Amino acid sequence: MSQFIIRRVLYSVVTLLILSATIFLIVRLTGDPVALMAEASARPEDLERIRHQWGLDRSWPVQYVTFMQNAFTGELGKSFNYRLPVSELYFQRLPNSLTLGLAATLISLLIGIPAGIISAVKVNSGWDTVAKGVALLGLSIPGFWLGLVLILVFSVWLRWLPTSGSGDWRHVVMPALALGWYFAASMLRLTRSSMLEVLGSEYIKLARLKGLPDFVVIAMHAFKNALIPVFTLAGVNMVVMVNAAVIIEVIFAWPGIGRLLYEGIFQRDFPLVQGVVVMAGFMIVVINLLVDILYAIIDPRIRLTR
Amino acid sequence: MARDAVLQVAGLQTHFFTFGGTRVVRAVDGVDFTLREGETLGLVGESGSGKTTTCLSIVGLLPRAARIVGGAVVFEGEDLTRKSQRELRRIRGRRIAVILQDPMASLNPLFTIFRQVAEPAFFHQRLRGRSLRERVQSLLRAVRIPSPEWRMREYPHQMSGGMRQRIVGAIALAGGPRLVIADEPTTNLDVTIQAQYLDLLKDIQRDTGVALIFVTHNLGIVAKMCDRVAVMYAGKIVEQAAVRELFDAPKHPYTRALLGSMPKLGSKEPLYSIRGQPPNLANLPPGCSFHPRCPDVMPRCMTEEPRDFRPGDGSVARCWLLGDVLARP
Amino acid sequence: MATIPANTRLAAERTWTGRLAALVKAAREAPLAVVVILGGLILVAALADLIAPYDPTLPVKGAEIFAPPFWMEGGSLATPLGTDFQGRDILSRLIYGARVSLIVGLMGTLVAGGIGTALGIVSGYLGGWVDQIIMRVTDAWLALPAIVFAIFLAAMIGPSMWNIIVILGAVYWTRYARVIRGEVLSLRERDFVKLAEIAGASKLRVIKKHILPNVLNTATVLASLTVGVVIIAEASLSFLGVGVPPPQPAWGLMLSEARPTLMAGQWWLTVFPGACILLIVLATQLFGDWLRVRLDPQTRNL
Repeated sequence: MSQFIIRRVLYSVVTLLILSATIFLIVRLTGDPVALMAEASARPEDLERIRHQWGLDRSWPVQYVTFMQNAFTGELGKSFNYRLPVSELYFQRLPNSLTLGLAATLISLLIGIPAGIISAVKVNSGWDTVAKGVALLGLSIPGFWLGLVLILVFSVWLRWLPTSGSGDWRHVVMPALALGWYFAASMLRLTRSSMLEVLGSEYIKLARLKGLPDFVVIAMHAFKNALIPVFTLAGVNMVVMVNAAVIIEVIFAWPGIGRLLYEGIFQRDFPLVQGVVVMAGFMIVVINLLVDILYAIIDPRIRLTR
Repeated sequence: MARDAVLQVAGLQTHFFTFGGTRVVRAVDGVDFTLREGETLGLVGESGSGKTTTCLSIVGLLPRAARIVGGAVVFEGEDLTRKSQRELRRIRGRRIAVILQDPMASLNPLFTIFRQVAEPAFFHQRLRGRSLRERVQSLLRAVRIPSPEWRMREYPHQMSGGMRQRIVGAIALAGGPRLVIADEPTTNLDVTIQAQYLDLLKDIQRDTGVALIFVTHNLGIVAKMCDRVAVMYAGKIVEQAAVRELFDAPKHPYTRALLGSMPKLGSKEPLYSIRGQPPNLANLPPGCSFHPRCPDVMPRCMTEEPRDFRPGDGSVARCWLLGDVLARP
Repeated sequence: MATIPANTRLAAERTWTGRLAALVKAAREAPLAVVVILGGLILVAALADLIAPYDPTLPVKGAEIFAPPFWMEGGSLATPLGTDFQGRDILSRLIYGARVSLIVGLMGTLVAGGIGTALGIVSGYLGGWVDQIIMRVTDAWLALPAIVFAIFLAAMIGPSMWNIIVILGAVYWTRYARVIRGEVLSLRERDFVKLAEIAGASKLRVIKKHILPNVLNTATVLASLTVGVVIIAEASLSFLGVGVPPPQPAWGLMLSEARPTLMAGQWWLTVFPGACILLIVLATQLFGDWLRVRLDPQTRNL
């Protein structure tokens, strides 16, 4: 067990190193960030001064080591625009993003799991066809367009919900739905295939052969086994939604991490952009690591097979 | 042998309808047999010959595409093919139990042994609390699980294959069945554990008088376990006889071929292998299904399907060879 | 019941003509609606210069700005789906937008598929430390949400249609690499590969003759399912202003330009481009689903 954890942690560290190096290189390979950042009228001496201030006049390896050293102490650089540490800005916005991510996860689960189960239990029926249609639409309707249409219908025409900003639950409904929509489809697909796999297993056959009521077979024997991967994906998805809701947050003026990234891009605040992207990668690597370890604790068979 | 018939299967036909009913596979096509109390019937044949489908037809748990289209399954005087799923549910796990092939896969990995063994008694006998716990312990003892009060709190992955299969056996016994259908229960076990398990089944049968259908393709196990044998080929029983009778004087060329392909101790004779491919059930040859592979094929076999012949020693065989024998004075 | 042994299937499809025949056969049995929608969109995109009534980048002379569709009050048949904030014809912009979406969708998928398939084959076939490095890089790539990665790259590299193609290719190759690698791992153990190796064929030759042809089906299926994802990603980038730059008529850009007028209830500016994206992605998804069942029954649950 501990060996398994150590190996997984090592993998995660390697992944993070590659990820940070990649982002670090991209920022520097794609041109001079300072020139990109500064106004066109800036004098060469000013550029030089800024470069020195950011340590950009040193060699790349030196810069990378410094960057990583700082990163290990939780310091991802200082925002150009806000003149605050990136990590501070990130954690300032995190609660908002978490609220939105949590609501969107809830919506995706509420749509995806029941539809997926019905679809699997009544496979190839009318219900299944409807569920497949929903899954297809989930992948085909762009989330941000859904957001715009929701604003059009519920704010402009019906005047039920506020268009943007944050506050009470009415602000959360539309962005959460627009964000959760795509993930609802993936939940539905996973629940369906996972349920189908479990329902076809020998132990479900034996449960039926025991003469158990259908409800017990499906709701207890099958459900419990089928939902482990579903809830795992939900956890990972939530972390993704917290970090990747850029467009939805922009449309609904939701002051979360996605909008921070967007602002960083348009204010040419490259330390902020770099920091937020690295943070997003870090969060996702960590949640994947946690999920794997948790899995191994819950389900000892995994330890044996890996 | 005047014991009551526990199960009578008569003219059972189960077909698979695939591709929207355009293709019909006659997986079971006219199967008859009778099983008495305490008796063991061996059901042998190649994979795909319809053994498993026959068993699933008896308990009414067929795959979606399959349907019983004819015949009757009379269990303790009642025709199960006319019963609703709700009624069948009260019979399954209680009066008829099934042991599946794969002990590794037939236990739910997330439930304790206790829970899985207790379920039939919980739902059928409505046992609760202490009486339920005692029942589970006595069942586990019956299948020789050491220290059951401990073991029943564990999960399947903590057990060896042999132990898991014995637990599956305990689940089968939990409802107090009159008939147990064992579908190749020992295929995935080591040989020594296999022997132990078979002994266990024999002992339990002696103690409880349960009737047993033993599905296998291993003739050695048949010889050890069964009173009578039914040989299946392409959805039909081609020969049915008492064990001694079948081994000493096989009537059907297919049975002879099966016996010939079984290695004998001390014999250096080359093993006989059946020529040709197993039949494609969606597209069976006309006449006798076995004729393309039969060493004794006659012109009649290619056009006319043989009926059951009874040579008088209690055996039944579907082969024109017997017809010739019987027709001659 | 009667299954064709996998080897014969592989042998039959290993030749290019055999593969082509299978594709043609598959296309002939394709569901009509999907083929009509996809074919129609491709035709519209290809013939945009002939079909579109106006130049998509210039205001229509004499037309008002924010003209509604023709069936509404104030609409005109001259600009059947209305005009935008500069008085440009929506219909013409949608028609030219199809071209942008399809080019980015197809080319981006091609780039992603090319990178991913190549890395997957190399990783799976060579194994060892090469495999380790490629798979760790794949892990690192997968750790970033695709859209965040794409936005980041687009912001760093700068907006243009061709940049977007390269960026989306560089973001979406990971799935190919993983799936193809898995496939190659099992192919590597197959008899015909072993035989070729024993016969002394070079690694490159084995890859070209035996590995690549056998993973192409999977790659094709993955590609058909990636096109829609790439199209939506392009629209997202354009919407955020880091994708296709104005005044080009990209659907995502049109949605972005429509945003300020959404509150005024000028719904047509928002609904039409989005519906176009939905239509094209839905069609590619349906096509992909159907292709998957046709070409590769084993990956139905992919």
